[in-house]
Formats: sequence, structure tokens, C-alpha cells
Amino acid sequence: MNNLVIFPMLIPVIAGLIMIVFRHQIKFQRVLSIVSVLAIAGVTGVLIHQVNVEGIQTIYLGGWKPPFGIVFVGDMFALILVLTSAIVAIACLFYAFSSIGKKRETFYFYAFVQFLLAGVIGSFLTGDLFNLFVCFEVMLLASYVLIALGGEKIQLRESLKYVLINVLSSMLFLISAGFLYGAVGTLNMAQLAERVAEAGQGGILTTIAILFLIVFGLKSALFLFFWLPGAYGAPPTAVAALFGALLTKVGIYALFRTFTLIFPHEPGITHTLLGIMAGATMLLGAIGAIAYQDIKRIVSYNVIVAVGFIIAGLAIFTTPSIEGAIYYLIHDMIAKALLFLLAGTVIYLTGQKWLKEVGGLIRHFPVLGWTFFIVVLALAGIPPLSGFIGKVLVTQGAIMEGSYVLAAIALGSSILVLYSLLKIFKNSFWGEAIMGKEEMEPLKMGMLIPCVFLAALSLAFGLGIEGISGYVTEAAKTLMDPSKYIDAVLYNQ
Amino acid sequence: METLMALLVGLLFTVGTYMVLSKNIVRIILGTAIFSHGAHLLLITMGGLKGGAAPLLDQGNDAFVDSLPQALILTAIVINFGVTAFFLVLAYRGYTELGTDDMNQLRGNKDE
Repeated sequence: MNNLVIFPMLIPVIAGLIMIVFRHQIKFQRVLSIVSVLAIAGVTGVLIHQVNVEGIQTIYLGGWKPPFGIVFVGDMFALILVLTSAIVAIACLFYAFSSIGKKRETFYFYAFVQFLLAGVIGSFLTGDLFNLFVCFEVMLLASYVLIALGGEKIQLRESLKYVLINVLSSMLFLISAGFLYGAVGTLNMAQLAERVAEAGQGGILTTIAILFLIVFGLKSALFLFFWLPGAYGAPPTAVAALFGALLTKVGIYALFRTFTLIFPHEPGITHTLLGIMAGATMLLGAIGAIAYQDIKRIVSYNVIVAVGFIIAGLAIFTTPSIEGAIYYLIHDMIAKALLFLLAGTVIYLTGQKWLKEVGGLIRHFPVLGWTFFIVVLALAGIPPLSGFIGKVLVTQGAIMEGSYVLAAIALGSSILVLYSLLKIFKNSFWGEAIMGKEEMEPLKMGMLIPCVFLAALSLAFGLGIEGISGYVTEAAKTLMDPSKYIDAVLYNQ
Repeated sequence: METLMALLVGLLFTVGTYMVLSKNIVRIILGTAIFSHGAHLLLITMGGLKGGAAPLLDQGNDAFVDSLPQALILTAIVINFGVTAFFLVLAYRGYTELGTDDMNQLRGNKDE
């Protein structure tokens, strides 16, 4: 028992509720939202230290012993993701201060960001399948509002589709949870893992596993990503950055949890399917990224490529590849937020989203340009930056396991990602200046500083990889050995 | 009893899928509502439909029906109610701003 485990989710809920009361006190809401996110990061830091010293931390809500009550589990993997989410949220919030506009701010923008964070963090920490569904819904409802808030035509149009897809996938989640409850009679993840292992994961359980694969594939844009490019192009930049950094990652986390903890017994079927879907996602995402001339589209397709890459690490299912996937997951949350913020800034400055209508920005905005260059190199996986170590480990795992096709697709897609992003860099920052500085909107420091902060973080993550490698190894160990998780939840009372 | 329920749930899913694939946004929302009814019925069926008293302790029987699926469904109904209410208002707002309720006209390729 450790009461701290619930706090990362409790803090944003309380902060969001307070913000609803103080609707017109925008300054107060801003301060409170930053305080809340910093508090989440602080508590998670303490928890990570405790996990490092004492092992997995749990809390049984209401004092009911598992499997009878809801349990929140802080293992290293979940806590690392919570910490990264909080850090990314700080940057997105600072960007929102100077870009989101008073109209949205008075209509509960910051409250909904807090509820989104609560849903995301709750999904990471929960140890119960139905509670995961509820946390997903908390996150999704907040994201529905954030995507539609402001009520521009494109937002209304895209939010209709986004809501529809997510309503259907939530129903599928409910159906799959129902089937699983009917088959093994529990919803606690640790007990599910135990009972599925006892039952030997026969035909029915593997079918349920594939149903979950479809559900989380829809949420994380793995192969079933058709809804993503439109939806992520609609909301304002700060919101799009939050979505790009957090929402698909929750689906990825759920895939990791499901296929390492509950259904790891038939890798010949489930993990092969994961591998095929990951390969197809990387290929199709990379094709989309190089096909478009629209900055927002290119950035959205880059999210999809990264999802394919991370799941490739899960599909290969060896310790190095899982470690690589975790490194890449952390890197991608930071880098995707940065990429969305930078792309949004370019569109804000010029008022243009077409590549051929911008150019020569580096003359007026050198810091912005070089920050963009850093994120391009980081996403492509150039050595001193953060994307490198993940790519190396996943490729190493793939070659060790003999999945040469997947390794080739992963490396090939990196080149296409580099090309698609260099295309933005070359077209918008180099070349002749199409607009004079006076024709453009002024660049606010409030927009530049979060970008520089995230770029510095990406650089620090790449250079200081040894500082965190112990934590990532620990996370991968727990994922590869589900008995640790099960013991901590069910027997270590 | 479970077989009959399975048939009914299958029927609801079929109708829901058909309605979701139609053009009109209101029909789509009705489709998701029917779909959710199917999901809730499936949850109660998967909990088992054997006879027993309602899950209230003072009913005094020794056999009760499984109460967990009922709690799950109650949660799911409320969530679904919230989402459907939001979806309906969104569709109304979309209709007034965009001037159409035909999904084919909401593709948005013209300005991209």
C-alpha cells in the first residue's frame, strides 16, 4: 500500500474542478494549471525513486484487497510515461498561454486540459481493465471538447468523425471486456494474467486478444489510423501537440500492457499479427508523410510512423527490443510535441499551411529554424539526439530474432521520415523569403521558449542516456517478466 | 436463454452497423445508440443468466445473480449517455454552421 500512487491522477482532477469555479480568473487558472502539472511531476519523481528502491508500488482503493477492489499500480514503465506526460504538458501549457486566445480560455480550456491529463495518467496507472475503459473515456471526452472548442468549421467537421470513431471503438472495448469477463471471470489485470496463463490461452482467449488488438489499434492509430490525419489537423496548435504527444501513446501503453501481461502465451499468432500491422503502419505512414505538401498532414503522418515503430519493438518481443521501444516512446512523446508546436508556429507566423507558399524563414527566425533542425535530426535518429538509442535497440532486437523485413522497413521508414521533415525545413526555412518580416505575425517569446525547452530536453535525453538507462532496463524487465507484476499486485500485501 | 440473447445482440449489432454506415448524421448517432444497447446486453449476458435473487442482501435467498456486470453496465450507460448528448449537440452545431447533415458533403477535400 502506498497512497502516493493515486496522486498523479487525483491532482489534475482536483485542479480541473477548482478551475471550473473560477471561469473568468484566467491568470489564476494559468498559475493553477502549471502548479498542478509540476506537482504531478514531483509526485511521480518520488514514486520512481520508491519503485527503484522497494519495487512496484500499489494502492488498493477503499482498502479492498485485489482482485475485489480497484487497484492502482505504479510500475516503472507506467511511471516513466506519467513523468514524460507531465513534462510535455508543461511545454504545451506554456505554448497555450500565448497562443490559445481569451475566448477559449474563458470556456474552460485549462480545466479540460487537466481532465485530459487525469484520463491519460489514470490509464497509465490503473490495474483494472474496466477502470482502464473508464479512464479512456475520461481522456476521450476531454479530447472531444478540446478538438471542438472554438467551433471553427474545420473543427466541427473533423470532430464529428473523431467522436464517431472513438464511440465505436469504445463500444468494441466494452464488448471485448465483456467477452473476457465471460471467459475467465475477472477484470483485475494481474488476476486476468494468472487465469489466462492457467487456461493456456486457447482459441477463444486468442480471439479476445485479437479483439483487444483491434480496439487499441484504433485508439493508437496502429494500422487503423484512417481517422488520425484529419482529426489532428483541426484543433489549435497547443491542443494538437498535446494530442500528438499523449493520446496515441495511451493506446500504445494499453497494447504493451495487454500483450506483455495478459496475452503473451501465443506470440506465434498475436505478435506476428502485431508485427505485420506495425510494418504496414510504418510503410503507409511514411508514404503519407512524403506524399503531402500540407505541413499539418506531414506532421500527422509522422505520428503514425512512430506508432508503427514502437509497436514493432513490442512485436519482436525480446528484452532489447522492448527496451528500445520504451526509449523510443519517451523520445517520441517529447519530439512529437515539439514537432507539432514548431509546425504550428510556422503556420501561425505565415498564415500558410502549404509548403510552396512559405520560405526563407531562417533569416527572420534563426532560433526557430535551428530548433526545427534539431527535431528533424532527433526524429530521424541521428546519434547524439534522443531518437537514436531506441532505433538501434529495436533494430538490434529485430536482427537477433531474424525479423529482417521488419528491421528493413523500420530503417527505410526512418529515411522517409527524414526526407519528409527535411522537405518542411528546406521549403519553409531556406530559399528565398516569400514574405517580409512585417507581413508576418510577430513571434512571441511565449511560443519560442517551450520549443527551445523541448529541444533542450531531447538533446539532454540523447546525451544523458546513461542516466536513465537503469530505469528503462527496470521497466523492460518488469514487462518481460509478468510474474513480478502479478506478485506485487496479488501476493505482496 | 443465452442463445436467444446472443441472437438479439447480433441483431442489434447488425442494425447498428448498417445505420452507422448511412449518410445522415442523425441516423449515425441512432446507430451508435443501438450499438451501445447491444454492448450492454452482451455484458449482462456474459455475466451469466442463471436464475437468482436480485443482488440485494435483504432478499434473503442463498443464490444471487452476478452483481458485477450490473455495475459495469450502469457505468457504461452513464458514459454513453454523456457521449451521446455531446454528439447530438455537436451534430446540431455542425448542422447550423456547416449547413448540411450529409456525411458525404463533410469530406473537406475542397480546401486541402
